[in-house]
Amino acid sequence: MSETLVSIRNLKKYFNVRGGKTLKAVDDISFDIKKGETLGLVGESGCGKSTTGRTIVRLYEATGGDIIYKDMNINKLSKKELKNYTRHAQMIFQDPYASLNPRMTVTDIVGEGIDIHNLYKGMERQKRIYEILELVGLSREHANRFPHEFSGGQRQRIGIARALAIEPDFIVADEPISALDVSIQAQVVNLLKDLQDELDLTYLFIAHDLSMVKHISDRVAVMYLGAIMELTGSNELYDNPLHPYTKALMSAVPIPDPDKSRSKKRIILEGDVPSPIDVPTGCKFQGRCPLVEDICRVEEPALREVLPGHEVACHMVKKP
Amino acid sequence: MSENKNKNENKNITAKEEDLLLRVKNLQVSFDTYGGEVKAVRGVNFELDKGETLAVVGESGCGKSVTAQSIMQLIPMPPGRIKSGEVWLDGRDLLQYSDKEMEKVRGKEISMIFQDPMTSLNPTMKVGKQIMEALIKHQNMSKTEAKEKAVEMLKLVGIPNPESRVEQYAHEYSGGMRQRAMIAIALSCNPKLLIADEPTTALDVTIQAQIMDLMADLQKKLDTAIILITHDLGVVADVAHKIAVMYAGVIIEYGTYKDIFYNPKHPYTWGLLLSVPRLDVSKDLRLVPIEGTPPDLIAPPKGCPFADRCDNAMKICREKMPEEIQVEGSNNGEHFARCWLYHDLAPNVENPIEKRRGNLNE
Amino acid sequence: MADMNLRKEDFEVVGKDLKSSEEIVRKSLTYWQDAWMRLKSNRVALVALSIIILMVGMAVFAPMMTEYSYDEQNYDVISQPPNSEHWFGTDELGRDLFARSWQGARTSLFVAFVATIINVTIGVIYGGISGYFGGKTDIVMMRIIEIIYSIPRLLWVILLLVVMKPGIKPIIIAIAITGWGGMARVVRGQVLQLKQMEFVLAAKTLGADTGRILLKHLIPNTMGPIIINLTFQVPSAVFTEAFLSYLGLGIPAPAASWGSLAQSGTKMILLYPHMLLFPAALISIFMLAFNLLGDGLRDALDPRLRA
Repeated sequence: MSETLVSIRNLKKYFNVRGGKTLKAVDDISFDIKKGETLGLVGESGCGKSTTGRTIVRLYEATGGDIIYKDMNINKLSKKELKNYTRHAQMIFQDPYASLNPRMTVTDIVGEGIDIHNLYKGMERQKRIYEILELVGLSREHANRFPHEFSGGQRQRIGIARALAIEPDFIVADEPISALDVSIQAQVVNLLKDLQDELDLTYLFIAHDLSMVKHISDRVAVMYLGAIMELTGSNELYDNPLHPYTKALMSAVPIPDPDKSRSKKRIILEGDVPSPIDVPTGCKFQGRCPLVEDICRVEEPALREVLPGHEVACHMVKKP
Repeated sequence: MSENKNKNENKNITAKEEDLLLRVKNLQVSFDTYGGEVKAVRGVNFELDKGETLAVVGESGCGKSVTAQSIMQLIPMPPGRIKSGEVWLDGRDLLQYSDKEMEKVRGKEISMIFQDPMTSLNPTMKVGKQIMEALIKHQNMSKTEAKEKAVEMLKLVGIPNPESRVEQYAHEYSGGMRQRAMIAIALSCNPKLLIADEPTTALDVTIQAQIMDLMADLQKKLDTAIILITHDLGVVADVAHKIAVMYAGVIIEYGTYKDIFYNPKHPYTWGLLLSVPRLDVSKDLRLVPIEGTPPDLIAPPKGCPFADRCDNAMKICREKMPEEIQVEGSNNGEHFARCWLYHDLAPNVENPIEKRRGNLNE
Repeated sequence: MADMNLRKEDFEVVGKDLKSSEEIVRKSLTYWQDAWMRLKSNRVALVALSIIILMVGMAVFAPMMTEYSYDEQNYDVISQPPNSEHWFGTDELGRDLFARSWQGARTSLFVAFVATIINVTIGVIYGGISGYFGGKTDIVMMRIIEIIYSIPRLLWVILLLVVMKPGIKPIIIAIAITGWGGMARVVRGQVLQLKQMEFVLAAKTLGADTGRILLKHLIPNTMGPIIINLTFQVPSAVFTEAFLSYLGLGIPAPAASWGSLAQSGTKMILLYPHMLLFPAALISIFMLAFNLLGDGLRDALDPRLRA
């Protein structure tokens, strides 16, 4: 039974937008991440998954709720403590073209964390940088090059190297493969898995692609409009999805097998992904849900355990 | 080898000439940059029948977008350069057309939709007007007639309240709706061919499903041929009749969708199929990525471009570009692979796709 | 078909070579190397650059090398048109205009460069801070610039002349006060855009403090617009100095500046046009060269046009 590394309690993040409205990006979510596991956080645009990730590493300040890392409350850290926190929790970003400073060499990019925290100097520093580059499948010949000379997959690997340089325990991977070709996605996912085993890392893996998330996550949480709809183990989610949104999401994932794909019964959701500015009262999924009833429009369903280790937020799902 | 090719070409010409819409022959496109000549497309051949969908699949930089844009002559001519090739549309070579002549073709006979709906629609023009533009120019409609047709098109692509939507601007539409609007603009003059360049890559997966469904539906209704460019084999499984797999500027495998998915022959195609995650298999089945990076086309290798990343690479692969070899047992004799593994002198290699299918069926 | 003889050995399996696959074949170019390369291919900009270098060189060395010094009066040769002795002719006091022109160049260019350096320094820091912190800080800081700019340069000079003696100092101060705002706005705009980019967020996540983010991440990526803005500020400063001296608010006699030379030249324009022609030509050529160089730099430094 492994310990809990990160504990999110009633996390809220709201933004004020023009016109006096509030954008409720993250609206009261709670979950735990155990040491050594990979928790997948899945959802479409506007669901709040990226905001959650960024709030956990304190790029954003939470509007409400708590983030507990080991025994530190991240929302209440002083500046100095915050700098210490960055040595434990790091982030990998989505866009390989925007996540590296175009004016810095690979050495400088990977070495920045080392410099900020004064970990190594001189020859030691150089040696450490080469080690990390090799760890992610690059070589020392790449060290003096600039980001624009690399392919998307290579740039993501540089981003991973940068995060690993300061030896964190916990990495938030914010859609690290979404901008890559499918054949390169597998490369990066396998690299992340190997690194997890080798360096004993814990991941929060944020993505919108359900099928890729399955291959790396131990547990998966499905988000919609700032709330968690379903949370359970990876295999369980794919074998036995309970929430109507999860079912629709899975149905929409393309299957690279023409016979299976062309004979599959599709659940096509009507309408568009809604905006987190006008969040309805009651269940957040009411606008597109095929099972919607009156209670859904009035009361927001709580995320509760209906099967062992399987939580769902839906009025239509009854405990067996 | 060349005898084989001639035989096949003749077969195509006699059997299906009436159905043939587009034939691309030996297309070569380069870009002159300061660092040298980037050979983006290095000899591409394919055919497309009326009402058929051809998927061109490959990684970024393989030349699929450049190929598509060359068909429409959208490549800026310096630094781009069409070194050679013919693009036959309904019996005319489009590459010989002047810009003025191409203007009559674009929007009317061939249309294109792009990846990013946010930048493909004019933000300062009402969406309806953008649909009307093509109708007024190509079909000589009056403004009123064009407006009516625009509303019809919006309805056809599944946008609710088309009468009011036609007066709105792009920023008032959501991402999925903008892509639908783009499809409406592209199909307004009922073109024979629609080129869709990564149309769903930037969309959420539920919207992606909607758009792919829409395109398949419209193809049936309007009998439009589609060239679908993508890097995602999963998206292709549903809609493609034929698939061309591109790598480093050349087509390395070409066949019907059944050929490519169930009987692929090129190691790169195997790699693509093995690296695509699937919902219907256990999570413990490890993804097999294709290690390495595609070559920089400023210095394309003289041999097979995939050799550096291929487990089965042989000496000859580094020396000479393999020729197209026809694969036996294909549905209509049109399954080709560019690979030395199928030469008589090559050793036998296990097909990992067959192996995996065997494992799955156990 | 069998135009090549393939043997069994050719088909020996060698497997993959990932190192070769990951190799980068193109030469590595730094930002500046790439920019220089692009600038070089722009003939107009190169010519402009050469002219500037030539003029600056003349300003530095010519006054030391001419036969006549700039303030040497000679009543025997007053108001002479250009000849072999005096290449630019002489003025109404018999002073050699060639020497005076280049002495004037020294003054004008000195004023322009110093004022521009001050502008750039203040502007970059001010704009960087305003853009980075955003919010209320940004609003207040931008309003301050607007207030300063609501007072025209001319008025600043006049105000300064109330408390200072006419000369180089009040002009430099006036140009400086009214010049840094443009640079600040350019830098602020860039910083506002850049601070959302993921590489800046990554630096924050690594624990970088504000200073590091500004100096290592934001400002270096703003260098392009900074240099271009700088290049356009120099001719603007030259013109301002010329304009003010022309109005008599600038450098007083006998000190020479292009503006004061133009002013004295104007008095004689109907009789001795050469006295106005040369300083006016020098001002125009210098400004044109800088503007053309600035245009060329704009293309050379645009990251989207990278080779």
